[in-house]
Amino acid sequence: MTDPVAWLILLPLVWATGAFVLGPGRGARLAIGALLVQCALALQLAVEVLAYGGRTHPVGGWGAPLGIDLAADGLSAVMLLLAQALALPLAVYARAYFAENAPTVRYFWPLAGFLLAGINALFLAADLFNLYVTLELVGLAAVGLVAAGGTARQVAAALRYLFAALAGSLLYLLGVALIYGAYGTVSLETLAPLVDARAPAAVWIAGGLMLAGLMLKTAIFPFHYWLPPAHGGAPAPVSALLSALVVKASFYLILRLSLDVFAPLAAAAATVLGLLGAAAIVWGSWQALRTDHIKMLVAWSTVAQLGYLFLVFPLLAPDGLALQAGGMQAIAHGLAKAAMFAAAGVLMLATGRDTLVGLAGVAGRVPLTLFAFGLAGVTLMGLPPSGGFLAKWLLIEAALTHGQWGWVAVVIGGGLLAAAYVFRVLRQAFLLAPADSRFHPVPRSMEWTAFVLAAASVLLGLRGVELMALLARGAA
Amino acid sequence: MSSGLVFAAAGAVLFAMGLAGIVLIGHLLRRILAFNVMGSGAFLILVGLAQRAGGADPVPQAMVLTGIVVAVASTALALALARRLHRLTGRTTLSATDSDPE
Repeated sequence: MTDPVAWLILLPLVWATGAFVLGPGRGARLAIGALLVQCALALQLAVEVLAYGGRTHPVGGWGAPLGIDLAADGLSAVMLLLAQALALPLAVYARAYFAENAPTVRYFWPLAGFLLAGINALFLAADLFNLYVTLELVGLAAVGLVAAGGTARQVAAALRYLFAALAGSLLYLLGVALIYGAYGTVSLETLAPLVDARAPAAVWIAGGLMLAGLMLKTAIFPFHYWLPPAHGGAPAPVSALLSALVVKASFYLILRLSLDVFAPLAAAAATVLGLLGAAAIVWGSWQALRTDHIKMLVAWSTVAQLGYLFLVFPLLAPDGLALQAGGMQAIAHGLAKAAMFAAAGVLMLATGRDTLVGLAGVAGRVPLTLFAFGLAGVTLMGLPPSGGFLAKWLLIEAALTHGQWGWVAVVIGGGLLAAAYVFRVLRQAFLLAPADSRFHPVPRSMEWTAFVLAAASVLLGLRGVELMALLARGAA
Repeated sequence: MSSGLVFAAAGAVLFAMGLAGIVLIGHLLRRILAFNVMGSGAFLILVGLAQRAGGADPVPQAMVLTGIVVAVASTALALALARRLHRLTGRTTLSATDSDPE
Protein backbone atom coordinates (compact mmCIF):
# COMPACT_ATOMS: atom_id res chain seq x y z
CA MET A 1 0.00 0.00 0.00
CA THR A 2 2.71 2.47 0.94
CA ASP A 3 5.30 1.10 -1.47
CA PRO A 4 7.03 4.22 -2.85
CA VAL A 5 7.64 2.46 -6.19
CA ALA A 6 3.96 2.47 -7.15
CA TRP A 7 3.14 5.87 -5.62
CA LEU A 8 5.95 7.64 -7.45
CA ILE A 9 4.04 6.92 -10.68
CA LEU A 10 0.50 7.22 -9.34
CA LEU A 11 0.88 10.50 -7.47
CA PRO A 12 1.92 12.68 -10.45
CA LEU A 13 -0.97 11.18 -12.46
CA VAL A 14 -3.35 12.16 -9.66
CA TRP A 15 -2.15 15.74 -9.36
CA ALA A 16 -1.92 16.18 -13.11
CA THR A 17 -5.59 15.24 -13.44
CA GLY A 18 -6.45 17.33 -10.39
CA ALA A 19 -4.66 20.35 -11.80
CA PHE A 20 -6.55 19.98 -15.08
CA VAL A 21 -9.88 20.01 -13.23
CA LEU A 22 -9.04 22.66 -10.63
CA GLY A 23 -7.35 25.14 -12.99
CA PRO A 24 -3.92 26.73 -12.68
CA GLY A 25 -4.25 28.54 -9.34
CA ARG A 26 -5.27 25.71 -7.03
CA GLY A 27 -3.62 23.17 -9.36
CA ALA A 28 -0.23 24.75 -8.67
CA ARG A 29 -0.70 24.46 -4.91
CA LEU A 30 -1.81 20.83 -5.30
CA ALA A 31 1.22 20.08 -7.48
CA ILE A 32 3.71 21.63 -5.05
CA GLY A 33 2.17 19.76 -2.12
CA ALA A 34 2.25 16.45 -3.99
CA LEU A 35 5.83 17.06 -5.14
CA LEU A 36 6.89 17.41 -1.49
CA VAL A 37 5.45 13.94 -0.86
CA GLN A 38 7.17 12.60 -3.99
CA CYS A 39 10.52 13.92 -2.77
CA ALA A 40 10.00 12.07 0.52
CA LEU A 41 9.02 8.88 -1.37
CA ALA A 42 12.09 9.05 -3.62
CA LEU A 43 14.28 9.58 -0.57
CA GLN A 44 12.66 6.62 1.21
CA LEU A 45 13.25 4.43 -1.86
CA ALA A 46 16.89 5.54 -2.08
CA VAL A 47 17.48 4.71 1.58
CA GLU A 48 15.84 1.30 1.15
CA VAL A 49 17.86 0.48 -1.97
CA LEU A 50 21.04 1.56 -0.19
CA ALA A 51 20.25 -0.71 2.74
CA TYR A 52 18.73 -3.80 1.06
CA GLY A 53 19.71 -3.55 -2.63
CA GLY A 54 17.42 -3.50 -5.66
CA ARG A 55 13.92 -5.01 -5.75
CA THR A 56 10.95 -5.56 -8.03
CA HIS A 57 7.31 -4.66 -7.49
CA PRO A 58 4.51 -6.49 -9.36
CA VAL A 59 1.87 -3.85 -10.15
CA GLY A 60 -1.48 -4.74 -8.61
CA GLY A 61 -0.10 -8.10 -7.49
CA TRP A 62 0.09 -9.34 -11.12
CA GLY A 63 3.64 -10.30 -11.94
CA ALA A 64 5.21 -10.56 -15.40
CA PRO A 65 4.48 -11.94 -17.99
CA LEU A 66 0.73 -11.38 -17.39
CA GLY A 67 1.14 -8.14 -15.48
CA ILE A 68 3.79 -5.47 -15.31
CA ASP A 69 6.85 -5.59 -13.08
CA LEU A 70 8.54 -2.46 -11.80
CA ALA A 71 12.17 -2.67 -10.75
CA ALA A 72 14.21 -0.30 -8.59
CA ASP A 73 17.99 -0.44 -8.22
CA GLY A 74 20.79 2.01 -7.44
CA LEU A 75 20.78 3.72 -10.81
CA SER A 76 17.02 4.16 -10.95
CA ALA A 77 16.87 5.34 -7.33
CA VAL A 78 19.42 8.06 -8.12
CA MET A 79 17.55 9.17 -11.24
CA LEU A 80 14.23 9.22 -9.36
CA LEU A 81 15.78 11.33 -6.64
CA LEU A 82 17.12 13.72 -9.27
CA ALA A 83 13.73 13.98 -11.01
CA GLN A 84 11.81 14.85 -7.83
CA ALA A 85 14.56 17.15 -6.52
CA LEU A 86 14.44 19.11 -9.80
CA ALA A 87 10.68 19.17 -10.15
CA LEU A 88 9.94 20.67 -6.72
CA PRO A 89 11.97 23.91 -7.02
CA LEU A 90 10.94 24.26 -10.66
CA ALA A 91 7.28 24.00 -9.63
CA VAL A 92 7.75 26.83 -7.12
CA TYR A 93 9.53 28.80 -9.85
CA ALA A 94 6.84 28.06 -12.44
CA ARG A 95 4.08 29.22 -10.10
CA ALA A 96 5.67 32.67 -9.85
CA TYR A 97 6.72 32.70 -13.52
CA PHE A 98 3.26 31.98 -14.88
CA ALA A 99 1.69 34.55 -12.56
CA GLU A 100 3.63 37.04 -14.74
CA ASN A 101 2.89 35.31 -18.10
CA ALA A 102 -0.74 34.22 -17.83
CA PRO A 103 -1.60 32.77 -21.28
CA THR A 104 0.66 29.68 -21.29
CA VAL A 105 -0.29 28.57 -17.80
CA ARG A 106 -3.47 26.64 -18.52
CA TYR A 107 -1.90 23.40 -19.66
CA PHE A 108 1.43 23.64 -17.86
CA TRP A 109 0.50 21.86 -14.64
CA PRO A 110 -1.37 18.87 -16.14
CA LEU A 111 1.35 18.35 -18.76
CA ALA A 112 4.14 18.68 -16.19
CA GLY A 113 2.39 16.06 -14.05
CA PHE A 114 2.04 13.61 -16.93
CA LEU A 115 5.66 14.25 -17.89
CA LEU A 116 6.83 13.45 -14.38
CA ALA A 117 4.65 10.32 -14.18
CA GLY A 118 6.15 9.14 -17.48
CA ILE A 119 9.70 9.85 -16.36
CA ASN A 120 9.27 8.09 -13.01
CA ALA A 121 7.70 5.10 -14.77
CA LEU A 122 10.58 5.01 -17.24
CA PHE A 123 13.16 4.89 -14.45
CA LEU A 124 11.24 2.00 -12.87
CA ALA A 125 10.29 -0.01 -15.97
CA ALA A 126 11.68 -3.54 -16.08
CA ASP A 127 11.03 -4.61 -19.67
CA LEU A 128 11.79 -3.29 -23.13
CA PHE A 129 8.16 -2.74 -24.15
CA ASN A 130 7.20 -0.76 -21.04
CA LEU A 131 10.26 1.33 -21.68
CA TYR A 132 8.84 2.09 -25.14
CA VAL A 133 5.47 3.11 -23.70
CA THR A 134 6.98 5.33 -21.01
CA LEU A 135 9.35 6.85 -23.57
CA GLU A 136 6.34 7.82 -25.68
CA LEU A 137 4.47 9.23 -22.65
CA VAL A 138 7.46 11.40 -21.81
CA GLY A 139 7.83 12.48 -25.44
CA LEU A 140 4.18 13.42 -25.94
CA ALA A 141 3.99 15.38 -22.67
CA ALA A 142 7.24 17.18 -23.51
CA VAL A 143 5.99 18.12 -27.00
CA GLY A 144 2.80 19.45 -25.42
CA LEU A 145 4.84 21.60 -23.03
CA VAL A 146 6.92 23.04 -25.88
CA ALA A 147 3.76 23.95 -27.81
CA ALA A 148 1.83 25.26 -24.77
CA GLY A 149 2.81 28.86 -25.51
CA GLY A 150 0.94 28.65 -28.81
CA THR A 151 3.05 31.00 -30.96
CA ALA A 152 3.96 29.92 -34.50
CA ARG A 153 7.62 29.51 -33.58
CA GLN A 154 6.82 27.31 -30.58
CA VAL A 155 4.38 25.18 -32.57
CA ALA A 156 6.98 24.69 -35.32
CA ALA A 157 9.62 23.75 -32.74
CA ALA A 158 7.16 21.35 -31.11
CA LEU A 159 6.38 19.67 -34.45
CA ARG A 160 10.07 19.31 -35.23
CA TYR A 161 10.59 17.81 -31.77
CA LEU A 162 7.58 15.50 -32.18
CA PHE A 163 8.86 14.16 -35.50
CA ALA A 164 12.30 13.50 -34.02
CA ALA A 165 10.77 11.84 -30.95
CA LEU A 166 8.39 9.69 -33.01
CA ALA A 167 11.10 8.55 -35.42
CA GLY A 168 13.29 7.73 -32.43
CA SER A 169 10.70 5.70 -30.62
CA LEU A 170 9.61 3.83 -33.77
CA LEU A 171 13.21 2.79 -34.41
CA TYR A 172 13.33 1.63 -30.81
CA LEU A 173 10.04 -0.25 -31.23
CA LEU A 174 11.34 -2.07 -34.31
CA GLY A 175 14.32 -3.14 -32.23
CA VAL A 176 11.97 -4.46 -29.54
CA ALA A 177 10.03 -6.42 -32.19
CA LEU A 178 13.22 -8.06 -33.47
CA ILE A 179 14.33 -8.92 -29.94
CA TYR A 180 10.96 -10.49 -29.16
CA GLY A 181 11.15 -12.43 -32.41
CA ALA A 182 14.59 -13.77 -31.47
CA TYR A 183 14.06 -14.59 -27.78
CA GLY A 184 10.31 -14.52 -27.10
CA THR A 185 10.67 -12.18 -24.13
CA VAL A 186 11.19 -8.47 -23.45
CA SER A 187 12.06 -8.70 -19.75
CA LEU A 188 15.44 -7.07 -19.07
CA GLU A 189 16.21 -9.62 -16.37
CA THR A 190 15.53 -12.63 -18.61
CA LEU A 191 17.28 -11.15 -21.63
CA ALA A 192 20.55 -10.23 -19.90
CA PRO A 193 22.02 -13.75 -19.76
CA LEU A 194 20.65 -14.68 -23.22
CA VAL A 195 22.38 -11.98 -25.30
CA ASP A 196 26.09 -12.55 -25.87
CA ALA A 197 28.69 -11.85 -28.54
CA ARG A 198 27.46 -14.83 -30.58
CA ALA A 199 23.89 -13.47 -30.80
CA PRO A 200 22.15 -13.80 -34.21
CA ALA A 201 22.35 -10.94 -36.71
CA ALA A 202 18.75 -9.85 -35.95
CA VAL A 203 19.78 -9.01 -32.38
CA TRP A 204 22.71 -6.91 -33.57
CA ILE A 205 20.40 -5.06 -35.96
CA ALA A 206 17.89 -4.61 -33.12
CA GLY A 207 20.60 -3.20 -30.86
CA GLY A 208 21.70 -0.80 -33.58
CA LEU A 209 18.13 0.38 -34.27
CA MET A 210 17.38 0.92 -30.58
CA LEU A 211 20.64 2.79 -30.09
CA ALA A 212 19.98 5.02 -33.11
CA GLY A 213 16.43 5.75 -31.92
CA LEU A 214 17.53 6.62 -28.41
CA MET A 215 20.40 8.79 -29.67
CA LEU A 216 17.89 10.74 -31.76
CA LYS A 217 15.81 11.30 -28.62
CA THR A 218 18.83 12.20 -26.48
CA ALA A 219 19.85 14.78 -29.12
CA ILE A 220 23.46 13.68 -29.24
CA PHE A 221 25.49 15.17 -32.10
CA PRO A 222 24.63 14.87 -35.06
CA PHE A 223 20.99 14.28 -33.99
CA HIS A 224 20.84 17.51 -31.97
CA TYR A 225 19.14 19.65 -34.64
CA TRP A 226 15.73 19.69 -32.91
CA LEU A 227 16.97 20.54 -29.42
CA PRO A 228 18.01 24.23 -29.52
CA PRO A 229 14.74 25.55 -31.06
CA ALA A 230 12.58 23.36 -28.78
CA HIS A 231 14.48 24.10 -25.56
CA GLY A 232 15.41 27.67 -26.44
CA GLY A 233 11.91 28.69 -27.56
CA ALA A 234 9.80 27.28 -24.72
CA PRO A 235 8.89 29.23 -21.55
CA ALA A 236 11.71 29.18 -18.97
CA PRO A 237 10.28 26.55 -16.56
CA VAL A 238 9.55 24.23 -19.51
CA SER A 239 13.04 24.66 -20.93
CA ALA A 240 14.46 23.86 -17.51
CA LEU A 241 12.40 20.66 -17.20
CA LEU A 242 13.25 19.51 -20.73
CA SER A 243 16.96 20.27 -20.66
CA ALA A 244 17.58 19.06 -17.14
CA LEU A 245 15.40 15.97 -17.10
CA VAL A 246 13.81 14.78 -20.34
CA VAL A 247 16.98 14.26 -22.38
CA LYS A 248 18.40 12.36 -19.39
CA ALA A 249 15.55 9.86 -19.64
CA SER A 250 16.67 8.45 -22.99
CA PHE A 251 20.32 8.66 -21.90
CA TYR A 252 19.39 6.60 -18.84
CA LEU A 253 17.89 4.05 -21.19
CA ILE A 254 21.04 3.80 -23.33
CA LEU A 255 23.14 3.46 -20.19
CA ARG A 256 20.83 0.86 -18.65
CA LEU A 257 20.69 -1.24 -21.83
CA SER A 258 24.41 -1.11 -22.46
CA LEU A 259 25.09 -2.11 -18.84
CA ASP A 260 23.27 -5.42 -18.86
CA VAL A 261 21.24 -6.58 -21.87
CA PHE A 262 23.38 -5.20 -24.67
CA ALA A 263 26.74 -5.18 -22.90
CA PRO A 264 28.44 -7.22 -25.68
CA LEU A 265 26.88 -5.06 -28.41
CA ALA A 266 27.58 -1.79 -26.61
CA ALA A 267 31.27 -2.64 -26.41
CA ALA A 268 31.39 -2.65 -30.20
CA ALA A 269 29.79 0.81 -30.52
CA ALA A 270 31.53 2.37 -27.50
CA THR A 271 34.30 4.22 -29.33
CA VAL A 272 31.87 5.67 -31.87
CA LEU A 273 29.62 6.91 -29.03
CA GLY A 274 32.61 8.49 -27.31
CA LEU A 275 33.70 10.25 -30.51
CA LEU A 276 30.16 11.56 -31.07
CA GLY A 277 30.22 12.81 -27.48
CA ALA A 278 33.49 14.63 -28.13
CA ALA A 279 32.06 16.14 -31.34
CA ALA A 280 28.96 17.27 -29.42
CA ILE A 281 31.11 19.01 -26.81
CA VAL A 282 33.01 20.96 -29.46
CA TRP A 283 30.08 21.76 -31.76
CA GLY A 284 27.62 22.64 -28.96
CA SER A 285 30.13 24.93 -27.26
CA TRP A 286 31.06 26.57 -30.57
CA GLN A 287 27.40 27.34 -31.32
CA ALA A 288 26.93 28.60 -27.74
CA LEU A 289 29.82 31.00 -28.37
CA ARG A 290 28.17 32.32 -31.54
CA THR A 291 24.52 32.81 -30.62
CA ASP A 292 23.12 36.20 -29.62
CA HIS A 293 20.18 34.89 -27.59
CA ILE A 294 20.60 34.00 -23.97
CA LYS A 295 18.28 30.98 -23.96
CA MET A 296 19.74 29.63 -27.20
CA LEU A 297 23.15 29.87 -25.52
CA VAL A 298 21.91 27.77 -22.61
CA ALA A 299 20.24 25.30 -25.01
CA TRP A 300 23.44 24.87 -27.06
CA SER A 301 25.27 24.35 -23.80
CA THR A 302 22.93 21.40 -23.19
CA VAL A 303 24.03 19.91 -26.53
CA ALA A 304 27.64 20.24 -25.37
CA GLN A 305 27.06 18.86 -21.89
CA LEU A 306 25.20 15.83 -23.26
CA GLY A 307 28.47 14.99 -24.98
CA TYR A 308 30.10 14.29 -21.60
CA LEU A 309 27.44 11.67 -20.90
CA PHE A 310 28.52 9.81 -24.04
CA LEU A 311 32.20 9.87 -23.07
CA VAL A 312 31.16 7.36 -20.42
CA PHE A 313 30.59 4.53 -22.90
CA PRO A 314 34.17 3.83 -24.06
CA LEU A 315 35.21 3.77 -20.40
CA LEU A 316 32.51 1.45 -19.02
CA ALA A 317 34.26 -1.26 -17.04
CA PRO A 318 33.51 -3.54 -14.09
CA ASP A 319 35.23 -1.07 -11.75
CA GLY A 320 32.13 1.16 -12.03
CA LEU A 321 34.12 4.42 -12.25
CA ALA A 322 32.58 5.45 -15.56
CA LEU A 323 29.07 4.58 -14.37
CA GLN A 324 29.56 6.81 -11.32
CA ALA A 325 30.93 9.55 -13.57
CA GLY A 326 27.90 9.29 -15.85
CA GLY A 327 25.44 9.36 -12.96
CA MET A 328 27.24 12.29 -11.37
CA GLN A 329 27.34 14.23 -14.65
CA ALA A 330 23.61 13.58 -15.20
CA ILE A 331 22.79 14.94 -11.72
CA ALA A 332 25.22 17.86 -11.81
CA HIS A 333 24.17 18.94 -15.28
CA GLY A 334 20.49 18.47 -14.39
CA LEU A 335 20.72 20.79 -11.38
CA ALA A 336 22.99 23.31 -13.10
CA LYS A 337 20.96 23.47 -16.31
CA ALA A 338 17.67 23.85 -14.41
CA ALA A 339 19.29 26.71 -12.47
CA MET A 340 20.65 28.27 -15.65
CA PHE A 341 17.33 28.25 -17.52
CA ALA A 342 15.56 29.51 -14.39
CA ALA A 343 18.11 32.32 -14.09
CA ALA A 344 17.85 33.07 -17.82
CA GLY A 345 14.06 33.34 -17.39
CA VAL A 346 14.51 35.87 -14.58
CA LEU A 347 17.05 37.89 -16.59
CA MET A 348 14.70 38.00 -19.59
CA LEU A 349 11.78 38.99 -17.40
CA ALA A 350 13.84 41.71 -15.71
CA THR A 351 15.20 43.23 -18.90
CA GLY A 352 12.22 42.44 -21.15
CA ARG A 353 14.70 41.31 -23.84
CA ASP A 354 16.08 37.94 -24.85
CA THR A 355 19.44 38.96 -26.30
CA LEU A 356 22.87 38.97 -24.69
CA VAL A 357 23.28 42.65 -25.54
CA GLY A 358 20.14 43.40 -23.54
CA LEU A 359 21.75 42.01 -20.40
CA ALA A 360 23.88 45.09 -19.78
CA GLY A 361 23.45 46.29 -16.22
CA VAL A 362 21.62 43.29 -14.75
CA ALA A 363 24.47 42.76 -12.27
CA GLY A 364 23.18 45.70 -10.23
CA ARG A 365 19.47 44.83 -10.57
CA VAL A 366 19.17 41.08 -10.00
CA PRO A 367 22.52 40.18 -8.40
CA LEU A 368 21.19 37.00 -6.77
CA THR A 369 20.08 35.61 -10.14
CA LEU A 370 23.35 36.49 -11.79
CA PHE A 371 25.16 34.78 -8.91
CA ALA A 372 22.99 31.70 -9.52
CA PHE A 373 23.86 31.78 -13.23
CA GLY A 374 27.55 32.02 -12.35
CA LEU A 375 27.35 29.16 -9.84
CA ALA A 376 25.62 26.96 -12.41
CA GLY A 377 28.40 27.96 -14.81
CA VAL A 378 30.98 26.81 -12.24
CA THR A 379 29.40 23.35 -12.37
CA LEU A 380 29.32 23.29 -16.17
CA MET A 381 32.98 24.31 -16.34
CA GLY A 382 33.83 21.63 -13.80
CA LEU A 383 35.56 23.79 -11.20
CA PRO A 384 35.96 22.36 -7.69
CA PRO A 385 34.05 21.78 -5.44
CA SER A 386 31.05 21.48 -7.77
CA GLY A 387 29.25 18.29 -8.81
CA GLY A 388 30.48 18.90 -12.36
CA PHE A 389 34.05 18.82 -11.06
CA LEU A 390 33.42 15.49 -9.38
CA ALA A 391 31.88 14.03 -12.56
CA LYS A 392 34.72 15.23 -14.78
CA TRP A 393 37.33 14.11 -12.24
CA LEU A 394 35.83 10.61 -12.24
CA LEU A 395 35.80 10.61 -16.05
CA ILE A 396 39.46 11.61 -16.18
CA GLU A 397 40.32 9.02 -13.55
CA ALA A 398 38.50 6.32 -15.54
CA ALA A 399 40.26 7.40 -18.74
CA LEU A 400 43.68 7.29 -17.06
CA THR A 401 42.98 3.90 -15.48
CA HIS A 402 42.25 2.45 -18.90
CA GLY A 403 45.14 4.29 -20.54
CA GLN A 404 42.83 6.18 -22.94
CA TRP A 405 44.52 9.58 -22.78
CA GLY A 406 42.59 11.18 -25.63
CA TRP A 407 39.36 11.52 -23.61
CA VAL A 408 41.21 13.52 -20.93
CA ALA A 409 41.99 16.24 -23.44
CA VAL A 410 38.33 16.34 -24.51
CA VAL A 411 37.11 16.71 -20.91
CA ILE A 412 39.55 19.52 -20.12
CA GLY A 413 39.02 21.29 -23.45
CA GLY A 414 35.25 21.14 -22.98
CA GLY A 415 35.60 22.78 -19.58
CA LEU A 416 37.53 25.68 -21.11
CA LEU A 417 34.91 26.13 -23.84
CA ALA A 418 32.16 26.14 -21.19
CA ALA A 419 34.06 28.85 -19.33
CA ALA A 420 34.20 30.90 -22.52
CA TYR A 421 30.45 30.89 -23.13
CA VAL A 422 29.52 31.40 -19.47
CA PHE A 423 31.80 34.42 -19.30
CA ARG A 424 30.15 35.88 -22.40
CA VAL A 425 26.99 36.26 -20.29
CA LEU A 426 28.75 37.46 -17.17
CA ARG A 427 30.75 40.05 -19.11
CA GLN A 428 27.60 41.57 -20.60
CA ALA A 429 25.88 41.57 -17.22
CA PHE A 430 28.58 43.73 -15.64
CA LEU A 431 28.53 46.39 -18.35
CA LEU A 432 26.79 49.65 -17.55
CA ALA A 433 23.15 49.75 -18.53
CA PRO A 434 22.24 52.22 -21.29
CA ALA A 435 20.44 55.27 -19.92
CA ASP A 436 17.09 54.42 -21.52
CA SER A 437 16.90 50.83 -20.22
CA ARG A 438 14.03 49.81 -17.97
CA PHE A 439 13.98 46.98 -15.46
CA HIS A 440 10.88 45.10 -14.38
CA PRO A 441 10.65 43.85 -10.81
CA VAL A 442 10.91 40.05 -10.53
CA PRO A 443 9.28 37.90 -7.81
CA ARG A 444 11.77 36.93 -5.08
CA SER A 445 10.68 33.28 -5.17
CA MET A 446 11.93 32.95 -8.76
CA GLU A 447 15.32 34.39 -7.89
CA TRP A 448 15.66 32.14 -4.87
CA THR A 449 14.67 28.90 -6.60
CA ALA A 450 17.25 29.54 -9.33
CA PHE A 451 19.80 30.17 -6.59
CA VAL A 452 18.85 27.04 -4.61
CA LEU A 453 19.22 24.85 -7.73
CA ALA A 454 22.59 26.39 -8.59
CA ALA A 455 23.85 26.10 -5.01
CA ALA A 456 22.74 22.44 -4.93
CA SER A 457 24.71 21.71 -8.11
CA VAL A 458 27.86 23.14 -6.52
CA LEU A 459 27.40 21.66 -3.04
CA LEU A 460 26.74 18.25 -4.62
CA GLY A 461 30.50 17.90 -4.98
CA LEU A 462 30.89 18.04 -1.21
CA ARG A 463 28.13 15.56 -0.42
CA GLY A 464 28.55 13.13 -3.31
CA VAL A 465 29.58 10.11 -1.23
CA GLU A 466 26.07 8.79 -0.53
CA LEU A 467 25.05 9.19 -4.17
CA MET A 468 28.18 7.37 -5.30
CA ALA A 469 27.43 4.52 -2.89
CA LEU A 470 23.93 4.36 -4.34
CA LEU A 471 25.30 4.35 -7.90
CA ALA A 472 27.72 1.62 -6.92
CA ARG A 473 24.61 -0.43 -6.20
CA GLY A 474 24.45 0.05 -9.96
CA ALA A 475 22.22 -1.86 -12.30
CA ALA A 476 21.85 -4.88 -10.04
CA MET B 1 8.48 -19.35 -46.05
CA SER B 2 5.92 -19.39 -43.27
CA SER B 3 3.04 -16.92 -43.10
CA GLY B 4 4.70 -15.26 -40.10
CA LEU B 5 7.82 -14.48 -42.10
CA VAL B 6 5.71 -13.07 -44.94
CA PHE B 7 4.09 -10.69 -42.44
CA ALA B 8 7.48 -9.73 -41.06
CA ALA B 9 8.94 -9.10 -44.54
CA ALA B 10 5.93 -6.97 -45.49
CA GLY B 11 6.40 -5.11 -42.20
CA ALA B 12 10.06 -4.42 -43.00
CA VAL B 13 9.07 -3.01 -46.40
CA LEU B 14 6.39 -0.78 -44.82
CA PHE B 15 8.83 0.41 -42.17
CA ALA B 16 11.42 1.34 -44.80
CA MET B 17 8.77 3.13 -46.90
CA GLY B 18 7.62 5.10 -43.89
CA LEU B 19 11.18 6.03 -42.96
CA ALA B 20 11.87 7.19 -46.50
CA GLY B 21 8.63 9.17 -46.34
CA ILE B 22 9.53 11.16 -43.24
CA VAL B 23 12.98 11.93 -44.58
CA LEU B 24 11.90 12.91 -48.11
CA ILE B 25 8.42 14.43 -47.73
CA GLY B 26 7.98 18.01 -46.55
CA HIS B 27 4.18 18.22 -46.39
CA LEU B 28 3.15 17.80 -42.76
CA LEU B 29 0.04 15.71 -43.35
CA ARG B 30 1.83 13.24 -45.60
CA ARG B 31 4.69 13.10 -43.14
CA ILE B 32 2.30 12.19 -40.33
CA LEU B 33 0.86 9.45 -42.55
CA ALA B 34 4.37 8.21 -43.20
CA PHE B 35 4.81 7.82 -39.43
CA ASN B 36 1.69 5.70 -39.33
CA VAL B 37 2.95 3.51 -42.17
CA MET B 38 6.23 3.12 -40.30
CA GLY B 39 4.40 2.18 -37.10
CA SER B 40 2.24 -0.39 -38.89
CA GLY B 41 5.41 -1.95 -40.28
CA ALA B 42 6.85 -2.31 -36.78
CA PHE B 43 3.59 -3.87 -35.54
CA LEU B 44 3.53 -6.38 -38.41
CA ILE B 45 7.08 -7.43 -37.64
CA LEU B 46 6.24 -7.78 -33.95
CA VAL B 47 3.24 -10.04 -34.64
CA GLY B 48 4.77 -11.87 -37.61
CA LEU B 49 8.10 -12.86 -36.08
CA ALA B 50 6.41 -14.15 -32.94
CA GLN B 51 4.30 -16.74 -34.86
CA ARG B 52 6.70 -19.61 -34.63
CA ALA B 53 4.96 -22.78 -33.53
CA GLY B 54 2.03 -22.16 -35.87
CA GLY B 55 -0.26 -20.70 -33.21
CA ALA B 56 -0.47 -16.99 -32.46
CA ASP B 57 1.40 -15.67 -29.43
CA PRO B 58 -0.92 -13.47 -27.32
CA VAL B 59 1.80 -11.31 -25.71
CA PRO B 60 2.88 -9.42 -28.88
CA GLN B 61 -0.78 -8.95 -29.80
CA ALA B 62 -1.34 -7.21 -26.46
CA MET B 63 1.77 -5.13 -27.15
CA VAL B 64 0.52 -4.12 -30.58
CA LEU B 65 -2.82 -3.05 -29.08
CA THR B 66 -0.93 -0.83 -26.64
CA GLY B 67 1.22 0.39 -29.49
CA ILE B 68 -1.84 1.32 -31.54
CA VAL B 69 -3.20 3.39 -28.66
CA VAL B 70 0.12 5.22 -28.43
CA ALA B 71 0.16 5.73 -32.22
CA VAL B 72 -3.38 7.17 -32.21
CA ALA B 73 -2.47 9.58 -29.41
CA SER B 74 0.68 10.82 -31.12
CA THR B 75 -1.07 11.13 -34.50
CA ALA B 76 -3.79 13.23 -32.87
CA LEU B 77 -1.19 15.49 -31.24
CA ALA B 78 0.73 15.83 -34.51
CA LEU B 79 -2.45 16.69 -36.43
CA ALA B 80 -3.48 19.27 -33.84
CA LEU B 81 -0.05 20.91 -34.02
CA ALA B 82 -0.04 20.84 -37.83
CA ARG B 83 -3.50 22.47 -37.94
CA ARG B 84 -2.35 25.12 -35.47
CA LEU B 85 0.74 25.86 -37.56
CA HIS B 86 -1.40 26.11 -40.69
CA ARG B 87 -3.81 28.53 -39.00
CA LEU B 88 -1.00 30.70 -37.61
CA THR B 89 1.26 30.85 -40.66
CA GLY B 90 -0.72 29.43 -43.60
CA ARG B 91 2.11 26.97 -44.23
CA THR B 92 1.84 23.18 -44.39
CA THR B 93 5.57 22.52 -44.22
CA LEU B 94 8.29 23.21 -41.68
CA SER B 95 10.64 25.82 -43.06
CA ALA B 96 14.32 26.11 -42.29
CA THR B 97 13.93 29.62 -40.93
CA ASP B 98 11.54 29.00 -38.04
CA SER B 99 14.25 27.33 -36.01
CA ASP B 100 15.90 30.70 -35.49
CA PRO B 101 14.33 33.05 -32.97
CA GLU B 102 13.19 36.20 -34.72
